[in-house]
Amino acid sequence: MMHLEQLPPWAAIIIALFVVIGATLTLLGGVGLVRLKSFYQRLHAPTLGYSYGTLPIILASMLMFSLTEQRLVVHELMIGMFILITTPITLLMLGRAALRRDRDRKLGHDEIVPPRNRPEPPTEEPAKDA
Amino acid sequence: MTAEILRFALGYAQIALILALALACWRMLIGPRAQDRVLGLDTMYINAMLLFLVIGMSNGNVFFFEGALVIAVLGFVTTVCAAKFLMRGEVIE
Amino acid sequence: MSRLIPHPVLSATLVVMWLILTAFSLGHLLLGTLIALGAGWSVEHLHPPKPVFRRWLAIPRLMAIVAVDILRSNITVARVLILGPNHPAYHSGFVELALTMRDPNAIAVLAIILTSTPGTAWIEFDQEEGRLLLHVLDLRSADDWQSIVHDRYERLLMEIFE
Repeated sequence: MMHLEQLPPWAAIIIALFVVIGATLTLLGGVGLVRLKSFYQRLHAPTLGYSYGTLPIILASMLMFSLTEQRLVVHELMIGMFILITTPITLLMLGRAALRRDRDRKLGHDEIVPPRNRPEPPTEEPAKDA
Repeated sequence: MTAEILRFALGYAQIALILALALACWRMLIGPRAQDRVLGLDTMYINAMLLFLVIGMSNGNVFFFEGALVIAVLGFVTTVCAAKFLMRGEVIE
Repeated sequence: MSRLIPHPVLSATLVVMWLILTAFSLGHLLLGTLIALGAGWSVEHLHPPKPVFRRWLAIPRLMAIVAVDILRSNITVARVLILGPNHPAYHSGFVELALTMRDPNAIAVLAIILTSTPGTAWIEFDQEEGRLLLHVLDLRSADDWQSIVHDRYERLLMEIFE
């Protein structure tokens, strides 16, 4: 734990602030995930942790290792880019899957969802594998 | 003095992230429907990734970063596969 | 030249990424360049719609707007979560919007923006009619969201891509 004493005071304060902000937002996202009532509301809760929960922690990590290693450490930006690109894909697919399951009569509803604005394609469409 | 503040902040962040992890796990266990469980799993992956980053910072070890990157990649692939299964697996049977 | 490097931006990004992940040296530069060229060739075989940037200057403005919006909606969602979901001031619901842009890259960027903003979730998009289904946590009125999405993002995205 000697590396914490090497940091200049201004950097230590900034890192502490960023880490606390990021962790608090992520914790709020977790609380929302448990507290909110329906699935589509819960879909919003983890986004807190994905957006401004991740960013301050990544910035704090970059700042800290750049100072302790005495060189520019930017590889945490890779995680940021990766999260930025992949989060929309996962949430979008989850939302679509939930919508499809809610429209399926057999599975039972727990929330009213808007109907398709176009008629369903005939069910006997030729089987095509994705 | 500032090192003490930083140590406290890192400890608080670890506790908060572990709590968030536990809450996401709770949602994954009770989740009334399958999509809730997948959402909880995805949140757990991201929280574990952030926890790895914070642990790496408090240990001063750069190599926790590699673990965080692997967790992020695995979480993405897992969630996409599970969502794809929810979309396809029960609709066309 | 364009046969050898079909996707220069992608390849350059990959080289930079490789050098960030490893330490800088001549060997890693060569290896990263080889991998980036290979990735460029394999992407070329997939025939993606090539993005055409008309105005580079609008990109930083869009990024600044998105950063501010994400920050603001973070605060909104955090307040909803603290006050509790049953608070009478908030109610969530679905919104249907009509999009005018058709460029797939612009729509992908809009999906990234709207999904990574807490408070809005992109649920479904109808490609042929350009209808978009959003779920909004703190819903005020549907017209409001139509004008927010159109004025803040769609106009800039159309400037950049179309």
